[in-house]
Amino acid sequence: MKQLLVFIRKEFYHVFRDRRTLLIMFGLPVAQILLFGYALTSEVKNADIVIIDEAQDANTARIISKIKSSSYFIVHEQQLAGPEIDAAFKRGRIKCVLNFPPHFGSDLRHDGKASVQIIADGSDPNTAKTLVNYLTAIMAGYQQELGGGGGAPVGIVPELRMLYNPEGNGSLNFIPGVIALIFMIVCATLTSVSVVREKELGTMQILLVSPFHPIMVLIAKAIPYLVLSLVNFTFILVLSVGFLDIAVKGSLLLLFAESTLFIITCLSVGLLISNIAASQQAAMLISMMGMMLPTLLLTGFMYPLENMPLFLQLISNLVPARWYYLIVKAVMLKGLGFGAVWKETLVLAGMTGALLSLALLKFKTRLE
Amino acid sequence: MGEQVIVCKELTKRFGDFYAVNNISFEVNRGEIFGFLGANGAGKTTAMRILCGLSYPSSGSATVAGFDVYRQQDEIKKNIGYMSQKFSLYENLTVSENIEFYGGVYGLSRAVIRERSAALIQTLGLEKETKKLVGELPLGWKQKLAFSVAIFHRPQIVFLDEPTGGVDPVTRRQFWDMIYEAAAGGITVFVTTHYMDEAEYCNRVTIMVDGKIEALDAPQALKQRFGAGNMEEVFYQLARSAKRSSD
Repeated sequence: MKQLLVFIRKEFYHVFRDRRTLLIMFGLPVAQILLFGYALTSEVKNADIVIIDEAQDANTARIISKIKSSSYFIVHEQQLAGPEIDAAFKRGRIKCVLNFPPHFGSDLRHDGKASVQIIADGSDPNTAKTLVNYLTAIMAGYQQELGGGGGAPVGIVPELRMLYNPEGNGSLNFIPGVIALIFMIVCATLTSVSVVREKELGTMQILLVSPFHPIMVLIAKAIPYLVLSLVNFTFILVLSVGFLDIAVKGSLLLLFAESTLFIITCLSVGLLISNIAASQQAAMLISMMGMMLPTLLLTGFMYPLENMPLFLQLISNLVPARWYYLIVKAVMLKGLGFGAVWKETLVLAGMTGALLSLALLKFKTRLE
Repeated sequence: MGEQVIVCKELTKRFGDFYAVNNISFEVNRGEIFGFLGANGAGKTTAMRILCGLSYPSSGSATVAGFDVYRQQDEIKKNIGYMSQKFSLYENLTVSENIEFYGGVYGLSRAVIRERSAALIQTLGLEKETKKLVGELPLGWKQKLAFSVAIFHRPQIVFLDEPTGGVDPVTRRQFWDMIYEAAAGGITVFVTTHYMDEAEYCNRVTIMVDGKIEALDAPQALKQRFGAGNMEEVFYQLARSAKRSSD
């Protein structure tokens, strides 16, 4: 036990004396949070919209004025024919077209139901989806006004995102994803590099010849990064609450417990990589490419998984970050308890167990 | 002949059809400087790994410091020290931190570590450098420190795996002074090397060729037997019959 403490202290020296490690550890979260929080939001502002009002009645006028008063759209009221719409989209001049048919007002009055046409630029699916959501939300609001609260908002289903994110705060969804990404990078990369570094330096040989148990070497390597990652997690939460106005709705304890589990997952990945990689560069490359890309692409925080081919959706189930992302979203943003995330937790725990045993097994066979 | 601290009998390590170590037998006495020579791929490293408790032999028997290589690897590890060509110190730890770390890994108490490291630093004349990172020390110092660290826990045997690779002749000579001192203090030194002038410094040497021990004797006796002027010629006569060449 004392030997373990000696070892852990040594690992901390390594971390605090290596500027690169420190930069990855603490600089990365800040950069990521700022980048995803401010620059890469799915929030769309001042999108050019063409409104074709064939009805020209009181209803459409009020809806249009509502759209105009929102900060999301710059409204151009024009009569465009089919080919002209097409041309405008192709030139990228407009993002969206809203078309009120001639009998919009009377349909609404008599049947309590009217259809409008929304055309959006599907080449940019995220923006298109967001704009459509904005428009349907605005119209739903108007319908409720009309019905005096009694009328059901017909045929308009606001997205979940709107439900939990009424101000349209775009960074909300990114934060859990960014946290997962940072853990993946920090834990997997730094652990694998630090183990491989000892191999390169020849110090691993010394440790193996010493009475210190080989498995303890791995534990001693992992513990400092576990501690630092939890510190990092706190740091990210503070940044999110302080700068991005995100409130943590669920239990902090549960959030930390789940994060600890995920950090252990990432550490296992790192240890596994350190068994495969022969050099620090290789370890870095495998962790960055092998872990960062799937985390970025297949977790669902940047690109909705529902839009992906079935094949990729199936693969995404194998990405640990995907499950952690679901957990954090549920606990942090929706305020749900363990009852709502136990399945995801189980999957994640199973993955961690498998990865860790694989890493230890490989480490043992390598020693022989 | 004094007490024997390493005893190998018909030790063999096989990987499939390949006999990395083929039926070798030898004994090493306490306080002896025992040279272990051979071309790359001759099986030195494999034999040394078995003796260090890092791998199991396929057949034969061996004891190190009185402990069995099959059943008492942990006991062996407590009683040996090890140093390789790579010096094995942490460059971004200071001199004292390196000493404390290795002392701690071998389970020495804090008081013992403090006492011995003070003595060690004085012997090495490193008083001014204790707070310096090891990376800033010149190569010769690093090597001496690495050796001192390897015997810091007072092992019965120290294994040196090509300890002087890439070091200048003067530093090498000084390093061998340290080895003599350790041996005089009762530590058995088991050393592999590619430098034949170093082989001359050993009490006895073995020369391994293709997994077998082809010669084992004092350097003087070997030179006489092979009618050679120096160890280089002895080694060449034996090693050129080798069929294996790489590690």
